[in-house]
Amino acid sequence: MLSGFFFSFMKYLIHLLTLFITVTLSAQGLPNAEIQNLQGQTLDASSLQNEGHPMIVSFWATWCKPCISELNAFHDYYLDLEEETGVKVIAISIDDPRTMSKVAPFVAGQAWDYSVYLDPNSNLRRAMGVNNVPHTFLFDGDGKIVWQANKYVPGEEVELAHKVEALAAGQPIE
Amino acid sequence: MKKLLLFALCVCTWSAWGQQQSTLRAILQSDAQWYLRDEVLDPSGEFYPDERLLGQGFALFTYTDGDFSAGMRYENYQNVMLGFPPGFRGEGISYRYARLNRDRWNITVGNFYEQFGSGLIFRSYEERGLGLDNAMDGVRIITDLGHGLTVKGVLGRQRLYFGKGEGIVRGLDAEWSINDVLPVLSAQQIYATLGASFVSKFQKSFDPILNLPNNVGAWATRASVNFKGFAWNTEYAYKINDPSYDNGYIYRPGTAFLSTVSYSKKGLGILASVKRIDNMSFRSNRDGQQFDLFINFLPPTTKPHTYALPALYPYATQVNGEMGGQFEINYMIPRGSKWGGKYGTQLSLNASMANSIDKGYLEDGTRGEKGTQGYTSNPFSFGPIVYFRDVNASVARKFSKKFKSHLTLFNFQYNKTVLNDGVGDITLLEAPGTDSVIHVQAIVWENQFTLPKGQTLRTEFQWALADGFRGDMAMGLAEWTISPDLTLAVQDIYNYGHPSESRRIHYPIVSLIHFNGPTRVQIGYGRQQEGIFCVGGVCRVVPPSSGLSFSLTTSL
Repeated sequence: MLSGFFFSFMKYLIHLLTLFITVTLSAQGLPNAEIQNLQGQTLDASSLQNEGHPMIVSFWATWCKPCISELNAFHDYYLDLEEETGVKVIAISIDDPRTMSKVAPFVAGQAWDYSVYLDPNSNLRRAMGVNNVPHTFLFDGDGKIVWQANKYVPGEEVELAHKVEALAAGQPIE
Repeated sequence: MKKLLLFALCVCTWSAWGQQQSTLRAILQSDAQWYLRDEVLDPSGEFYPDERLLGQGFALFTYTDGDFSAGMRYENYQNVMLGFPPGFRGEGISYRYARLNRDRWNITVGNFYEQFGSGLIFRSYEERGLGLDNAMDGVRIITDLGHGLTVKGVLGRQRLYFGKGEGIVRGLDAEWSINDVLPVLSAQQIYATLGASFVSKFQKSFDPILNLPNNVGAWATRASVNFKGFAWNTEYAYKINDPSYDNGYIYRPGTAFLSTVSYSKKGLGILASVKRIDNMSFRSNRDGQQFDLFINFLPPTTKPHTYALPALYPYATQVNGEMGGQFEINYMIPRGSKWGGKYGTQLSLNASMANSIDKGYLEDGTRGEKGTQGYTSNPFSFGPIVYFRDVNASVARKFSKKFKSHLTLFNFQYNKTVLNDGVGDITLLEAPGTDSVIHVQAIVWENQFTLPKGQTLRTEFQWALADGFRGDMAMGLAEWTISPDLTLAVQDIYNYGHPSESRRIHYPIVSLIHFNGPTRVQIGYGRQQEGIFCVGGVCRVVPPSSGLSFSLTTSL
């Protein structure tokens, strides 16, 4: 009887602990990791924030077709969304030395309005738990990850745009 | 007991609340294939594995708490799948580290990945999709000395499957961002960085004939300047004599030069690069082969193709010597213009080439002989062997909300003898004309249609005509996105023009992919062509296989 009580008490405690830890372990913005801007200057990824507005962080590479399709498809919505919701897209290229120097001219050729950074040593990629590209994260205004996808299928840009609108309107994200 | 629990609860709660930045992330990947005996693909059964079913996977955990992070990766190969290096066998923790990044110091103990500049003398990296991992195990210290100067020091040994190479690797790198001391440059939109590095390896030698160096040093310098859209990056590396299996145990020093100029402005990007590599294989084991224990990384300057048929003719850097260059232009015809259409039209042109380097006889009339200086070389002259040529052009346009199209044309010259069979340039120089350079013309037409109910259909038609080697091929692919979380893909490559009649066969593959947030599950069934599989510029030979494959990847 006593031991039964003890076990349920333990279970309760463990449950509570897990809850506390889960709550506090959820991410707050980007982690500490050294990345570069397109001018070759080094910076810490954790310095990238969007002042209380939603932020999309998309890992891509110049050799990854679905990544480029995704960033292009979303771009059609981006200008309006940025104006309406203040959302910002951070596109993190994981191109290594082979294709790293192509990133700036490539981005220019795509005429993207995104903020593009380089992660040639995969520092941020590893810290964010990104295995393959494309991998896209949506952060809310508090820097918490509310949605992520490890793929791109056509039409996903619409879903993402709706989620950004919902976030900006203070609605919950499924 | 209760007190103890309460205390534990308090401590945990306090530490959890107190450290808002802590995160724990995990990546899990698991792959398996059940191989089927395919007598058409592999008549003698030489590629049919005894295990019938091979499976492998890994899990990477990364814990970050403010300025502290630690992580580990567990890997499991039961047994390693076909096409991956067979050295991966069994299971274990292959990667673990602890890192503190506080004030001006970033200190890592255990395993780490790092690169100096573009990696010409040092790059430790992983490419899990290819089974490549030369992680360092040791110490890395990065310090910010102020005035824009960052210094990195590394010391350790390199991963070799579940063990480590015997050679010790030491390296030092300094990078100076000039803008930090001359802020006036930033005002003029000029950004300049200089860098220099030195790397040395130690491996005791016991050769009875050759007097091999125990210590081999290499240095590199680099500069990068950006001015309004223009960017210039250049790097030069030098390595002292390093007789190795790769270079046939010659004593010639190695050099590498890489320079890239680019211009970027919204809607237009242009890039040109040149490269020369001379005897630059650098491993922590002089007898290393395949991808084992490379200290450096020599990036190929060709465009990595992703469409299936052009990707059958990939280029990989020839570490013993190559000279080449690349030109690329990307242009977006503006939205709303006559030629650009409502959404704009993207054009791109890419051309690249690589040849052997000039390798002349030494004074004693030898060339490439073990124990000699190897050869003489004029750095401004191309060698006679054509390794690779590639000219490709593409146009992509979104016609409406419901239809997009992308057309690409390719023209390759592919030296099969060097790139596929691995014959060295010295051998070919002694027997000129014995190599076979394959000419390939290919076309890829990709279309994407939006269907009702949020479904989409993506199709690819590919056609490659080759005057030898694999012969002519045609391919069709249809990828149907049934719902945002389910995709069905069907493809078939028909090698109708293979020089050998028995290999004029179909390579069909059906795959079903299910997505759920960061989780992807893929089941495939079909026949995989023998070929060279590349990720981000590194390539590995994949044997032919048939069967049922399963893949799960998730991050938590």
